Amino acid sequence: MIGLDLGRLGAVARKEMREYRRTPFIVGAMLVLPFIFLINPAIVIFVLSAAIKPAAAARDVGSTFLVLLVVPAVIPATIAAYSVVGERDQGTLEPLLSTPVRRGEILIGKALAPVIPSVGIAYLLFALVVILAHFFAQNPAVAATLSDGPHVLAQALFAPLLAVWSIGVGTAISTRASDVRVAQQLGTLASLPPLAVTALVSFQIVPLGVWTAVGFGLGLLVIDIAMWRVVAAMFDRERLITGSRAVKTTGVSPGDSVGPGQVRRIQA
Amino acid sequence: MPNDAAPSDGERQLSGGTSPALVVSHLTKRFGDRSAFEDVSFEVARGEVFGFLGPNGAGKTTTVRTLGTLIAPTSGSAVVAGIPLSAATGAEIRQLISIMPENPGLYVRLTVQENLELFAGLYSLPSPAARIAAALETVNMAARARDLCGRLSKGLRQRVGLARALLSDPVVMFLDEPTSGLDPVASRDVHDLIASLRERGVTVFLTTHRLEEAERLCDRVAILNTRLLAVGPPEQLRMQLFRSSLVVETAVRLPAPETVFTRDMGVDKWITEGDATYVLTVADPRMTAPRVNRALVAAGADVVSIAVSHHSLEDVYLQLVDEDPEAGR
Repeated sequence: MIGLDLGRLGAVARKEMREYRRTPFIVGAMLVLPFIFLINPAIVIFVLSAAIKPAAAARDVGSTFLVLLVVPAVIPATIAAYSVVGERDQGTLEPLLSTPVRRGEILIGKALAPVIPSVGIAYLLFALVVILAHFFAQNPAVAATLSDGPHVLAQALFAPLLAVWSIGVGTAISTRASDVRVAQQLGTLASLPPLAVTALVSFQIVPLGVWTAVGFGLGLLVIDIAMWRVVAAMFDRERLITGSRAVKTTGVSPGDSVGPGQVRRIQA
Repeated sequence: MPNDAAPSDGERQLSGGTSPALVVSHLTKRFGDRSAFEDVSFEVARGEVFGFLGPNGAGKTTTVRTLGTLIAPTSGSAVVAGIPLSAATGAEIRQLISIMPENPGLYVRLTVQENLELFAGLYSLPSPAARIAAALETVNMAARARDLCGRLSKGLRQRVGLARALLSDPVVMFLDEPTSGLDPVASRDVHDLIASLRERGVTVFLTTHRLEEAERLCDRVAILNTRLLAVGPPEQLRMQLFRSSLVVETAVRLPAPETVFTRDMGVDKWITEGDATYVLTVADPRMTAPRVNRALVAAGADVVSIAVSHHSLEDVYLQLVDEDPEAGR
């Protein structure tokens, strides 16, 4: 990647992953939340009667689909919300920013750490639901709808794009927040709006086809890019350290200001 | 962007050389209407241990952050490790320096080794394992490499912070209160380390409140109170601010001290301090003390002691800060 040092980026990502692994709250969220989000799909799979017509079954599957997308939308936001304010809390932000690492390397390194497990969990969960539907669903339309091309494509596209948004918004809040818990609560809330886009598909307000999935995917990509531009602008070293933005530097000639006559200068 | 790339060895030597490690010229930083520091100018030579002293809120940490490219100056200029300070050269400068803040800021869930691995990666260091081992060896922490930083005492964390600052073999090291909160033994270890850095030619910019520390370690000191009040070697600052003096104690009060403490003896002026103690202001204590002793004996006085009065760096500091109008604000 032009202008980015992959070694530094990797160092940041490795550090984040190590910290996450040793933070019980994050490990707990990664393990417990997916099971909670499995409840709705399980109900649809096990309860939906075979007598229900395929069109009605497809609508129920839509809600299942939406619930599955909450995982990549919410989990990374909770983690990302910790990323900057957490560093500030433990006093590590200044040493980190004092190194040659660039803003892009910090942001991408910090984003990679939650995006990989979150998207991985989302894909695993989806695969699990599809497998369960194939073997246990009473209504054959459930498995057929979940595993059709557009649904798989939508899941494949939407999960990472939602995660990237979610991490962006979590990081943005984290750069300004002064408290980890507030940042996490706000991050979780702010991660939800893009789900409205996917809800249009999930509830069949917009029928899901390959091109719809691609179109919505592109829409999410655009808002992701916009969000990350905002995050990059907010990630200002001076603001992060002092709480106030850098004012444009103006040069002065040595004679402009108060002379050094007031300084007692002694040569060694 | 070339400015963000790690410099090659050749570039590094170029930015090394014999030019001063730091050249600060009329540097000012304001936050709105408030000046953090104003019109600060000084130079620090390569290999020098430079003390940066001042009361709380004097702008010391902000100066370090500005020179460390963490915050932008409002006006003025600086050259850090041979590179002009600007927004474009930030990463290049940060590659050549290291900053250890007062709180070492370690990742408490990571081990000592993992903390240093992160920073070795951020500095793109070649042979990171060897560099980490050497840095840990320097601060006597090799045996604790696998310990979680969260389980280390403050003193040990400070040592890990120093190891981290040493890791990149910096041209200039900024140490902000490196002995703050340390016990005397741990402080001594840090002092020894700073002394060894000087021997290795590392430029150390030492911010401290401990004046005896600055006096012991620093080649020169600067005293800042938003504005720079003084720059120079501690000994010469003392001489400039305070005339040399002799403290003479006799067994009983002298009946006519003015006949003994004369200009012919080399005494510029004298005052009585206590019952039979006299403080003499002299130009050269080594010349004057024997003469005064002989004159006292000749006058029949019983001399208890004659001592050269030493003004500490603390005296210099207090004198400068007290006479500074900023101190009253």
